[in-house]
Amino acid sequence: MLAGIRTHDLRKVYTSPPPLASGGFVLSGRSKGKKQPEIVALDNLSLEIAPGEIFGLLGPNGAGKSTTVGILTTRVRPTNGQAWIGGHDVWAQQVAVKKIIGVVAQRPNLDFSLTAREILLFHGAYFGLDSIDRAARADALLDRFQLRDRANQMVRGFSGGMMQRLSIARAMMHDPQVLFLDEPSAGLDPQTRLLLWEIIREYNQDGKTILLTTHNMEEADALCQRLAIIDHGRKIALGTPVELKNSVPGGFLLRLRFGRHSPELLDRLQTLGGVREVRRNDDPNGENSADVYADRGGSLVSEIASLASSAAIELCDVHISEPSLENLFLHHTGRSLRE
Amino acid sequence: MNWKTFFALLARDAHVARRNFIPLLLQTFLQPMMFVFIFGRVMVSSGYMPVAYKSLLLPGIMAISMVFTGVWSVAMPLIAEFQFTREIEDRLLAPIEISWLAIEKVVFGTLQSIIAGLAVIPAAWLLLRPGVELNLRSPLSFVVVTLLVAFFSSCGGLALGCTVDQTHIGLMFSLVLTPMIFFGCTYYPWSALDHFPILQKVVLVNPLVYASEGLRGTLVPQFPHLSQLAVLVALLLFDALLLGVGLRQFRGKAVS
Repeated sequence: MLAGIRTHDLRKVYTSPPPLASGGFVLSGRSKGKKQPEIVALDNLSLEIAPGEIFGLLGPNGAGKSTTVGILTTRVRPTNGQAWIGGHDVWAQQVAVKKIIGVVAQRPNLDFSLTAREILLFHGAYFGLDSIDRAARADALLDRFQLRDRANQMVRGFSGGMMQRLSIARAMMHDPQVLFLDEPSAGLDPQTRLLLWEIIREYNQDGKTILLTTHNMEEADALCQRLAIIDHGRKIALGTPVELKNSVPGGFLLRLRFGRHSPELLDRLQTLGGVREVRRNDDPNGENSADVYADRGGSLVSEIASLASSAAIELCDVHISEPSLENLFLHHTGRSLRE
Repeated sequence: MNWKTFFALLARDAHVARRNFIPLLLQTFLQPMMFVFIFGRVMVSSGYMPVAYKSLLLPGIMAISMVFTGVWSVAMPLIAEFQFTREIEDRLLAPIEISWLAIEKVVFGTLQSIIAGLAVIPAAWLLLRPGVELNLRSPLSFVVVTLLVAFFSSCGGLALGCTVDQTHIGLMFSLVLTPMIFFGCTYYPWSALDHFPILQKVVLVNPLVYASEGLRGTLVPQFPHLSQLAVLVALLLFDALLLGVGLRQFRGKAVS
């Protein structure tokens, strides 16, 4: 059975600070006469994720990624809106949903009273696997995640990377149709990250749906067939990584900083060949800076420099970035993903 | 109802309890046994207490053991797993309605509480003999009282475990459990409070009073004790109340 994911106008408003499990939040500043401020974590988010797709939710901390995962995995009650997984209403049919999903939380939540192997075995037992199946699957996963030599140790002494690998192995233990990975490669070394990507792709080949959240561009680019970029609980862009990158005017982004502010200079930059858009940076500390979206990168620099010197303005700093999702995010929100 | 999952959750708790058997044993029995030794043996042998006090003390110690074990075995893991380690998340995602996870905790706590209570009888008897006179007239009422006491203890553990913040564990002991034990008619019968009429009424809100008096009434009925009917009604009410509060608190913690 293949299972997709659908959400319709999901909205989540917290009246108390959200728990760590649901990640960050956005302050709306309204209080409705009560002492507690309302915190809008999700603002009418609608998504449609096809069965068998690797779908990425990309956004900065506090964008609403983890709240979305929380709602889809029955752990967060939506204020409004509905979500379905494989045709089951997530809130109304929680047990049916829990049977077909596997979840890797943002923070390790392994059972510290058990050994690595026992964690997998008991997880299998919760999902009704018989003891022979449980043992076979646990051993296969321990091998795949390179944890065999630590299988019989308590997980308390595991490194962050090992805990993360075991969390993912545990989520795959009952062979779920839909796998949720909340920031899966946070804290992993590059080698383990590659192993994880390989395992995720492999898992997807069997027709499994994977939803991952990340603020790592490289990861989104490498794994996801489609992406939604979210910020302040809203979807601001949706498409394949290539489509999204192409939607940035010109593709190249040149971030410039001048000795002083000059609107005339910015107007003249607009006339240079290949320049698609010039934006004055809204950042309060970046008064003298501008973002130039263009079809070319390095070759523009000398022309910009000569324009600046003819206007007697010093060009203090230039940063060129090639077409990337980071630029896309910046284009839509005026903020960097890491801010 | 998904019984396979329910029993797997129970098996997990049993496995962890087996692994922690020795600390669990010390934590459950050390304090009550020291109490039995000092009050039941040292004080009686030296003549400060009458011999009959040995028999009066035993049901109270059994009640303390049961309540302490029931509360501790449910509340302490829940406090840690919900707040600090988040270990419980994996079980919240098990294919079972989340209230059943709370019920599983209560069932396991009840079992531990019963074991702790029953183990007190031979242990105390060994420490105190001779002079302990148990008169078990109605085994059935003993079984019913023991079950109801164990159940309210673990339900209380559920309610506390889902309410108390990790930083307030110490307060939970000094503000809830210690007064409960001292005003729980554990070391004296309820009738001993006849000279303190207001206190005698106030302590009736303490479920441990009914645990001690109920066990006293079934194990050593030769001493004054509350009527069995009153005890049963009160225990049933506390069971229902604490289960209701516990489940509500648990759901509040599990879903945000």
